[in-house]
Parts: sequence; C-alpha cells; structure tokens
Amino acid sequence: MSNRGRRPRVWVRPVVAWIVLILLALTSLGSAFIPLGPFNTALNLVIAGIMVVLLWLFLMDLIGSDALVRLIAAAGLLWISFMFALTFTDYLSRACESPGGGPPAFCVDQKIGRGTF
Amino acid sequence: MSDAAAALREPWPDLDRQRQGVTVGIWLFIVSEVLFFGTLFLGYAVYRTLYPEAFRIAAAETEVFYGSVNLVLLLTSSATMTVAVDASRQGMRRTIIACLALTVLLGSAFLIFKGFEYRDDLAKDLLPGSQFPLNPPQTQLFWAFYWVMTGVHAIHLAAGIGIVAVLTWLFWRRLLPIGSPAILGVATYWHFVDTVWIILFPLLYLVDRS
Repeated sequence: MSNRGRRPRVWVRPVVAWIVLILLALTSLGSAFIPLGPFNTALNLVIAGIMVVLLWLFLMDLIGSDALVRLIAAAGLLWISFMFALTFTDYLSRACESPGGGPPAFCVDQKIGRGTF
Repeated sequence: MSDAAAALREPWPDLDRQRQGVTVGIWLFIVSEVLFFGTLFLGYAVYRTLYPEAFRIAAAETEVFYGSVNLVLLLTSSATMTVAVDASRQGMRRTIIACLALTVLLGSAFLIFKGFEYRDDLAKDLLPGSQFPLNPPQTQLFWAFYWVMTGVHAIHLAAGIGIVAVLTWLFWRRLLPIGSPAILGVATYWHFVDTVWIILFPLLYLVDRS
C-alpha cells in the first residue's frame, strides 16, 4: 500500500479530536463572559474535565491501552481525589471562633464569605 | 535487519512487550506528575475558597488573549503529536518527522507567547512583593500561584520541546528505527503537559470574566 493511501487514516482521529477540543475550549471561553454567577466557574471546570477525559482517551490512547495502564491512570485520579477530599474536610469544617480566646483558626467564615486567620 | 528487529531492545522478548513496558513506565511517571501538580491545584483551591473576592480581583488582571492562544497552540500540538504516533505504526517516516517538527514549533510558539505575557505582567508590577499594586493583600496569593504554576508548566514544556526535538533528529538521521516505542513515551508526556494547561486555563484566565 502506498504512503499516500494510508495518510487519511492517520489524520482522521487526531483531527476529529482536535476539532471537538477546540469547540469545547471556545465554549468555555465564551461562557466565561456570560453572567451565570457561581455556575461560570462550575461550567468552566466541567468543560475542562471533559477536555481532559477526551484527550486522555483518544489522544493519549487510554481507550486502546492495556487494563494495567488504565488501572495506573485511575489510581492517580483516585489518590488525588483523596487528597482534595481530606484537605477540604479539614478546611471547610474549621470553626472561626477560638474557644480558648486565642487567635482564630485558619477557616472559612460562612457569614461573610471570606477566609480569615 | 527489519525495522521491528532494529527497534527491539533488551530485555524485551518482542516489540509488543517493549511497547507495553514503555507505556506502563511513562504512565507511572505521569501519575507522580499528577500528584505533583495536584498539590498546586489543591493549594489554589483552598486559598480561592478562603479568599474568593481577592482571587476575583487578582484574576481580572490576567491576559485572557495570551492564555487562549496558548491553549489552541497546545491542543494543536497534541493533535500533530498523535498523528506522528499513528504514522510511526504505519512506518510513514516523512509524516512522523514533519509532525514532530511541527509539534516542536507549536510548543516553542507557546513559550514565545508566554514570554510576551510575562513581559506584560511584569510591566504591571504583578510580582508579589512590596510594590504589588492590588488590594486586598490576599490578591498576592493568586499571583504567587500564577507564577509558580505557569512557571513549572513552562519548564515541563521546555523539557518536552527538547525531548521531541532530539527524537525528531534521531528519526531524521535514521539513528532510531521508525517503529521504536520511544515515541509512545514522549507523546504521552507531551499530552500530559497539554492536560495541565487545559486545567490551568479556567483557573487563571476565566475567573469572573462576566
């Protein structure tokens, strides 16, 4: 088979993935300028998550990889989710008032919506 | 000697096993990198939760134009890198070399745009310290994360550009067989660097733009 005959198959998957990723990036950028309140950040992060999944599955070829490789990738995401969950369990549950009258804890003040030392 | 036989290295019995070894090895490295960048993302998330208003004020100063152009450049470079990998499976030597060279150019263009962006940031004195122009003081936290996260990302990208350039040269000079699984490891690393920018983009450039 000639080199020219093979070329389209080589380009199809990356180009389709690229078009989808660019459209998602433009959607994320455009949505950031529409006033959606707290949903702006949520939407941008969800789109970023979808882009990462598409990139890992179709460009890093995780979808065609061995089970061992997929297990390693999943383990990485599992450990990082533990790290986020345990850290926020601490920070989001700290009381701002110090019972002993000492300096207040590093916490999130829910009433005024800002952090305080 | 066939291309497959030339690409085979000790201690692998065949090329499929060698590819598996490269893929598993690079993914173990990628997971360690996920946790490395994860600590930065976590620190950012904690401080943004504590100081949402300061982060909103600070993030308004980032240059969304440069961030967006660089996102497009890296996404495109990931596509060209994938074409190079698929072409290596087909033995398409010229396509591999062209796509790897294009990947190096796109990565270099990212660093050039990043340099322009850093120049503009420094012109606005957005380096945390005594001359920092924004208030409240917690805005400096955002910019500390900005410099560290984009700086570490740029170092990773510069390393990637160097590795891809060496690989291109090895293929071009026929010092490495076209079927070598080395390209799989390099490509996976490159895509990971792209992944980090996909996450950094909304965290640094899209905060409260409306």
